[in-house]
Amino acid sequence: MSTTDKASPEASQQPAASARGDEDAAAGAQLSTAPLEDAPGGPVGIGVLGWLRWFWRQLTSMRVALILLFLLSLASIPGSLIPQTQVDAMKVATWKREHASWVTVAEKLQLFDVYSSVWFSAIYLLLFISLIGCILPRSWQFVGQLRGRPPRAPKRLDRLPAYTTWRTDKPADEVVAAAGKVLGGSRFRTETGASSVAAEKGYLREAGNLAFHIALIVMLVAFAWGQLYKSEGGKLVLRGKGFSNTLTQYDDFKSGSFFTPDDLPPFSFTLDRFDASYAKTGPQKGTARDFKAYVTFREGANGAPHKREIEVNKPLEVDGSKVYLLGHGYAPVVSVTDPTGKVIFKDAVPMLPQDSNLTSSGAIKVTDGYKDKDGKKEQLGFGAMFVPTYAGEGKGTMFSQFPDLDFPALMLSAWHGSLGVDSGLPQNVYQLDTSKMQMFKDDSGQLFKQKMLPGETMTLPGGAGTVKFEGIERWATFSITHQPGSGLALAGAIAAIGGLAGSLFIQRRRIWVRATAGEDGVTVVEMAGLGRSESTKLPEELAALAAALHQQAPTAPDRPVKENVEGERG
Amino acid sequence: MTPLAAEANENLAQISNYLVYSSMAVYTLAFLAHIAEWIFGSRSKVGRTAAALTGAQAAGAPAVQVRGKGGSTAVLDRPKVVTRSAAGTRDVPDGPGAAGGTEQGDLYGRIAVSLTALAFLIEAAGVVARATSVKRAPWGNMYEFSLTFSTVAVGAYLILLLLKKNVRWMGLILVTTVLLDLGIATTWLYTASDQLVPALHSYWLWIHVSTAIICGAVFYIGATGTLLYLFRDGYEARIERGEQPGRFATSVMERLPSAATLDKFSYRINAAFFPLWTFTIIAGAIWAGDAWGRYWGWDPKEVWSFVTWVAYACYLHARATAGWKGRKAAYLALFAFACWIWNYYGVNILLNGKHSYAGV
Ligand code: HEM
Repeated sequence: MSTTDKASPEASQQPAASARGDEDAAAGAQLSTAPLEDAPGGPVGIGVLGWLRWFWRQLTSMRVALILLFLLSLASIPGSLIPQTQVDAMKVATWKREHASWVTVAEKLQLFDVYSSVWFSAIYLLLFISLIGCILPRSWQFVGQLRGRPPRAPKRLDRLPAYTTWRTDKPADEVVAAAGKVLGGSRFRTETGASSVAAEKGYLREAGNLAFHIALIVMLVAFAWGQLYKSEGGKLVLRGKGFSNTLTQYDDFKSGSFFTPDDLPPFSFTLDRFDASYAKTGPQKGTARDFKAYVTFREGANGAPHKREIEVNKPLEVDGSKVYLLGHGYAPVVSVTDPTGKVIFKDAVPMLPQDSNLTSSGAIKVTDGYKDKDGKKEQLGFGAMFVPTYAGEGKGTMFSQFPDLDFPALMLSAWHGSLGVDSGLPQNVYQLDTSKMQMFKDDSGQLFKQKMLPGETMTLPGGAGTVKFEGIERWATFSITHQPGSGLALAGAIAAIGGLAGSLFIQRRRIWVRATAGEDGVTVVEMAGLGRSESTKLPEELAALAAALHQQAPTAPDRPVKENVEGERG
Repeated sequence: MTPLAAEANENLAQISNYLVYSSMAVYTLAFLAHIAEWIFGSRSKVGRTAAALTGAQAAGAPAVQVRGKGGSTAVLDRPKVVTRSAAGTRDVPDGPGAAGGTEQGDLYGRIAVSLTALAFLIEAAGVVARATSVKRAPWGNMYEFSLTFSTVAVGAYLILLLLKKNVRWMGLILVTTVLLDLGIATTWLYTASDQLVPALHSYWLWIHVSTAIICGAVFYIGATGTLLYLFRDGYEARIERGEQPGRFATSVMERLPSAATLDKFSYRINAAFFPLWTFTIIAGAIWAGDAWGRYWGWDPKEVWSFVTWVAYACYLHARATAGWKGRKAAYLALFAFACWIWNYYGVNILLNGKHSYAGV
């Protein structure tokens, strides 16, 4: 695997022509800053240093970089097939239940955290070390090349990939001068010798290529920075309620290792209104069309209130943080009385949506203030199912027919005992832990359940109290994220595209013109071109340049050009 | 409240469906005309490959002549440029195309291309009608995506033809896959026209999805070239070894461009559109930043876009720096395109992530 043979088409392929091949190689030298590959084999020199040097050379070689690149693409695949904790922890739990026998192996291999796993990190770190080790030296080399001049014409121009020749009556030195002008006029960098001109163009290709790779490094640094300092938290806000940006207010919160709570910009908002609209008809009846949260927003500890709107694709931006609208749902307002008729609980209780028609489930937990008929302190719990559009009596199950509040209904099942909320273990607010609770039983000894419409009341068996379905509130969930470094990443990305375009669309190439006095006093003009990679553009460009020069040094009359299409080859 | 997004215009949606079915009918005619082109072309005797390869050992490969363009005055006797192909490639002339140089084959080939152009116009009208019926970009679900995908692929092919590039050899394959794509789209992926879910309400839909479709369609054309390159290269290698491939293989392969031409063709296509693919991913990340609150979250679609990107980068590297021309690089290119296809069908249907929207 030699990286030079593209510059000198024959250097390695035709050993018989190696002497001339060397000369071609000189003509193509430094046409790119691509590194020369080391011959495979062990380290040169002895001891740790020798090995280190050998290891470094291997790591920064194109062969290893290519393998690492390929490994990186393979290594990212498992993460799309196996659920990732980082993406969806619930799915991970389900997967673990369904594939119990694989769990230990998968955990050992960090398959639930592929993108932060040791092996994935190892690959991309090695790749980026390789990239730095490869690109930085090349950048200096390229700066050197920018100051250099195009190399002299090789002896045999007819061996180059594109070649043309003709004979003219113009004296050789005039032809050389004219060639210098023609090439310079086409924005070639030229170097005029005694009987020949060397010209080069397309340095931007190399610059673009280096810019692209350096931009990759910049992006990686930006990602790492963002990862270390980022924070991301979620908050469910009921209509009419507020949120202020402090750690304790979040429902859940994740942050990078270097994050400190002081990084949270101070602001607060209250949710004034939430609008959702849905397709009322048509094949996708029920799918959401529009969500909008109207908030009153305050910047700083006690800034002036501003009305703002947050939509799905339009987060609210505050001082480097963004507030996104993530989801929404319903919260039935329920009041509970104890056996004496005293209202001991009245609240809007958010329910978790289960399907796209917002069939929702949740739990109502009455932790304080309840005493049963005998005056014994107890807790009450209700398993709840809420549907915004009920199918109607006798129409099957409690599944919502439509996400809007067309025919809302609430179904409760009643328990009493200990909710287990004081046990110190974190509890899911949407689920009832009935392990220490007893059912309220209906007449037939089954769990007491009742469906209610807004305004209806259910009476618990045995005069244990009442529950009233007072009304319905809406809630919306917001995600508040702080992602430093994204501006830098974006700048890197834009530079990467620009550099890439330069590196792929611009050709770096050299043109040589030689004019020598022939034996019969007529000047022989030769022109040849050499590119980084073979290209149809190069012969076309050479032809155009030849035509331009030909106008100033036309073919000598009466001596037609010999069309040496074949014969000349060695 | 903003006004409700307009309900779908059922009439226009119906017209769009008729247009799509009509275009399928015309593509079928184009398919038949291409078949006729290949059949008539098979009567020609070509055999240039063997001649070139055996001749090459004796007298050196014939050089290809490239004439300079531009109508300057010295046209009559302007100097001719002689080019030599790079080492390691065989100096084999391109085949004459499906028609094999026969007049009748050529006639059918022209008919096929005209029909393809007609079908393209009808299909494009179908896409526009669909978009008008819902007053949004026609890229809300897999049905619409497939429709646009084949339209763009055929459009790219027609543009290449207009630019006088030698691409007629792919006509039959292209029309066949377009029919396949449309068949799958209309039978399995069909989704009645409707509005979008809120996450798709964004001008990034226009930017991100349109470039994704363009890249896919063009990468498809590149992959076709790569695949044919592998066949043709195998064929040339067998002849070089002195073997005699079967009559059918010879008849087909002789009419294709040479392996070197096919290889260069697909490299150029892939390299030219890699920056656009890079842009697509970055635009997607920006959109995800606005819609979901994070730029990159390793959602399956994101993972596979990344894999596709790295695979194409790997291919470009293989060619540019490691000097892996030829078959090895071709396998990488096919792997990269397979990743793209999987990212489209596999990820949408089998793995559900945040990119799964209404009706697949
Ligand atoms: C994330 C990883 C990488 C990506 C996406 C990437 C992508 C690319 C692309 C698209 C090209 C242009 C190919 C062409 O000119 O046709 C390129 C060229 C190049 N890359 Fe990378 N690359 C990566 C890593 C590396 C590494 C690790 C090295 C060094 C060890 C490296 C060294 C080079 C060199 C030397 C060239 C230019 C060769 C020349 O000018 O002839 N790249 N790269």
